[in-house]
Amino acid sequence: MTQPTIDQIEKVITDSLVTFGADPDAISRDAELEALDVDSLDLAELSQILEEQFGVELTAADVAEIKTVGDAIDLVAERAK
Amino acid sequence: MKQVVVTGVGAVTPLGVGAATLHERWAAGVCAIKDGEGRCDEFVATDHFTVKEARRADRFAQLVLVASREALADAGWADDLPYDSRRIGAIIGTGIGGIGTIEANDRTLIEQGPKLVSPLAVPLMMGNAGAAAVSMRHGLRGPSYGVVSACAAGTHAIGSAMRAIQYGDATAVVAGGTEAALTPLSRAAFAAVDALSPTGISRPFDVRRDGFVMGEGAGVLVLEDAEAAHARGARILATIRGYGATSDAFHITAPPPDGEGAAAAITRALEDADVTPDQLVYVNAHGTSTPINDRAETAALKSALGERARTVPISSTKSAIGHLLGAAGAVEAVATILALRARVLPPTLGLEQPDPELDLDYVPLVSRELVVADGKLLAISNSFGFGGHNAVLCLEAT
Repeated sequence: MTQPTIDQIEKVITDSLVTFGADPDAISRDAELEALDVDSLDLAELSQILEEQFGVELTAADVAEIKTVGDAIDLVAERAK
Repeated sequence: MKQVVVTGVGAVTPLGVGAATLHERWAAGVCAIKDGEGRCDEFVATDHFTVKEARRADRFAQLVLVASREALADAGWADDLPYDSRRIGAIIGTGIGGIGTIEANDRTLIEQGPKLVSPLAVPLMMGNAGAAAVSMRHGLRGPSYGVVSACAAGTHAIGSAMRAIQYGDATAVVAGGTEAALTPLSRAAFAAVDALSPTGISRPFDVRRDGFVMGEGAGVLVLEDAEAAHARGARILATIRGYGATSDAFHITAPPPDGEGAAAAITRALEDADVTPDQLVYVNAHGTSTPINDRAETAALKSALGERARTVPISSTKSAIGHLLGAAGAVEAVATILALRARVLPPTLGLEQPDPELDLDYVPLVSRELVVADGKLLAISNSFGFGGHNAVLCLEAT
């Protein structure tokens, strides 16, 4: 699997959050997941999508560290190297 | 023993969204069955839910959420709960639960492997998801659970809610039934057991009846301790006078030909209500349009009601909307209450050629005005399920 670009990761994460019901206008790198009404079930689903798309396996402990959209993008970019 | 009253009703059925719509269209003789199924075409999830809410609920839970919102508003609960939330329960029956979710995730499992099965699969497919959704949506913190007894589940849920209030476990319970099983597996499975009508026509008690037509929907009733309801000045739609539940212990899909278990449930409900057969002004039949049910139910009515069985008007809601499985009993309880209150008995549609062996008054084809000189508006509503489960409510409208 070729290494994904930041833009590709950001697009997959943003699209997923919109699918989960988050307000597209409220999504930014600094937006907190809690403020977007993203909960543990959404994060479990997001982890599945990221693994399928980028081959990145995120543990429950990894996911617990994610506070903002930017955190998620950076973590996936780091792991996908 | 405490009296339990109905202060609000709600329904989503193939006839439309709303309890009044169910009564008015059925009474007008509208049959909502299309292409051999009773689908809730007028229910559009996005009219009622955000994206997040919709994807967090299987269709069977969505239907009961909409019906419960109507019922609570009807009871005057739209803004505030009238009692401590820990004293209000939610008991919701279903025959199958989230079968659409099960089928979708099973496809994912087979086509894409176990790692892509959704984390939402369990919370959406579990049979108690309807009760959980109603409890969470309205903040009800009293007893909440699902009831599973096939096509009797809606009636069992109301009976269980009645008992919870009578015993003092709750002051009020949001009770009902819900089902959304118009799915490929469910269709194939009911067809395989020869329960579905091959012609796709629901005509209970007609000599040509050949099986039931599957439908979907939900019915919800707000039940309250009568004393508490009166104290808060609630409008009382009806009293749940009695409840009877029995089992056939006979065969997993067939009742005994004499309907003995069903008759015992009717008798028990009347005893519980302290009502005699002569006092009944209406029977809402289970009336599935299967050859065997309609024969056994007729036998049960004759046995339990004696001579009154020959004169009391009987009709089947399933002739207009199909068989809503675990939602049927709740929707039919709502329909019964509204029929009595309107003093209009909706008909058994499709009943054009009576079966010579079924010789009761099934109110064929057209509605009938209910004339009650000075008596009470008393009726029974019957539900019987695969597994031999029988449940009957005795209702008195006000």
